[in-house]
Amino acid sequence: MAGEQPIISVRGLHKWYSGVHALKGIDLDFRRDEAVGLVGDNGAGKSTLISILSGLVRPDEGQVIVEGEVVNMRGPRDAMNLGIETIYQYNSMVPNMSIARNLFIGREPLKWSLGGIGWLDQSRMSAESVEAIANVDLHLRSPEALVGELSGGQRQGVAIARAMHFKSKVMILDEPTNHLSVKETNKVIGFVRGLSAQNITGIFISHNMHHVFACCDRVVAMALGKVVLDKPVAETSIDEVQDVL
Amino acid sequence: MMRRALKAALQKPELAAGLLLLMMIVIFQIRSDGAFLSQANLRGVAGFLPEMALVAVGVTLLMICGEFDLSVGSVFAFAPMTMAVLMTFGWSFWPAFAAGLVACAFLGLLNGWITIRFAIPSFITTLGMLFMARSLTVVISGGFPPRLKVDAIPSELFVGFFGPGQIFRASFLWFLAIAVLIGLLLGRTNFGNWVRATGGFLPAAQALGIPTARVKIACFMICSVLAGFAGIIQVLRLGSPLPSLGEGLELQAVAAAVIGGASLQGGIGSILGGVIGALLIRTIDNGMVLSQVDSNWFKFAVGALTIFAVVGNAWLRKRGRAMKVEA
Repeated sequence: MAGEQPIISVRGLHKWYSGVHALKGIDLDFRRDEAVGLVGDNGAGKSTLISILSGLVRPDEGQVIVEGEVVNMRGPRDAMNLGIETIYQYNSMVPNMSIARNLFIGREPLKWSLGGIGWLDQSRMSAESVEAIANVDLHLRSPEALVGELSGGQRQGVAIARAMHFKSKVMILDEPTNHLSVKETNKVIGFVRGLSAQNITGIFISHNMHHVFACCDRVVAMALGKVVLDKPVAETSIDEVQDVL
Repeated sequence: MMRRALKAALQKPELAAGLLLLMMIVIFQIRSDGAFLSQANLRGVAGFLPEMALVAVGVTLLMICGEFDLSVGSVFAFAPMTMAVLMTFGWSFWPAFAAGLVACAFLGLLNGWITIRFAIPSFITTLGMLFMARSLTVVISGGFPPRLKVDAIPSELFVGFFGPGQIFRASFLWFLAIAVLIGLLLGRTNFGNWVRATGGFLPAAQALGIPTARVKIACFMICSVLAGFAGIIQVLRLGSPLPSLGEGLELQAVAAAVIGGASLQGGIGSILGGVIGALLIRTIDNGMVLSQVDSNWFKFAVGALTIFAVVGNAWLRKRGRAMKVEA
């Protein structure tokens, strides 16, 4: 049944980094409109797994299946084209560029183009960025402000606005609550909780178990390159997850 | 609103250089008893400017992309030499001209490819290329410069005088057109957006799927081709390709880019800034002669200016950033 087909599945994923076995055969399903919390210590393999899902890294063995099709992602653009957007802790934005420019890096609306290089449609960029920012309930005066001048929470908000604007189906959030104030953290958590209402699958990576339990439907714990726990949040507890880590 | 505009202005990379340029023009105009802004003198400045300024435009673009090119001075000599040697083999001007530029594009490609493939600093790659391209230039010249068949070359198209009072050389128009073109490429196209993202924060550009390696290589190639074209213009102006042309030019071009606000770390700078930087260096060279200052002070002035402009820029930008306006 199509409704039960996972939006992303991985089967038998292995990854070695110069001799280190970072992923040791991961099998995992991400169901539609579900918010999954991915937890684990540093070096557990979370980053490697999301790097593979976002097209930055290619697995040495195993398959990534998106909406029933085995995909071979050769770069982040392939992932984005499949509707997978990743919001990285640090690497989402170029500080010296404006909000409007940042929103469209790599996907600029063009008035005309020749061989892939073309003239920016700046009025559209600025209008759409105002709209995209307003849609995530972020209040910024001007899309021309430099991203470097925003607070951590505002930057995170702009990154989320970008993912929403490009109608992603899966949103991967890598430690989005790090270095944020309590107020900003609550906002991000509320946002993740609201994803399923917008038909978006969320993958939420965090060190903070309370944040995961506050906004996710399911928790997946990884340790030493393996999945060690995979349960609905309702059927487990912070203590149980911490025990297996 | 005023504050916002002021804040934006303070953060413009070319602000410090622009102010310095105005200052210099006023000082030289007074010290030379009005000779500096005379038509005859402007004609001289505008005649020399394009050669260094074209190189500066290329270097600025590359620096914004986060890379660096020390080989432009050698490439500057290599292009016209390639052209002249091919012409002694019986090639006509246009194919030889094109071959000279293609050879430069290839050197730029090599600079970029080696830098990225082996992940070494472009400072090193292009330092090596500085020596290699210079050596190649001497080797293909056979040790003594070939004579250019001047009557077989439409030099007018590149260095002929025109305009009211014959004030401009054609090279000035070429320079203007190219500078505007590169400026638009950087500021108004998706490619320019990628250049700034690549130089501004490489991991983000990569995570967003920008083909950063190709963007950088393209900038290396543009930089080399502009340097080669500038060299050809100089040779057409002088009438003879010397293998020693352009020695030291790489540092002047870098100085121009830096004076104009380009950051060595990439991501910051503007083409207009590079042009202002080049104009400032030419102005000082010319203005010192007119004000009868010992010309041996020229390099001192350029050096001091470079440091002063960078310090001034950093200070202005900091002031701009510190200005509180609502985000």
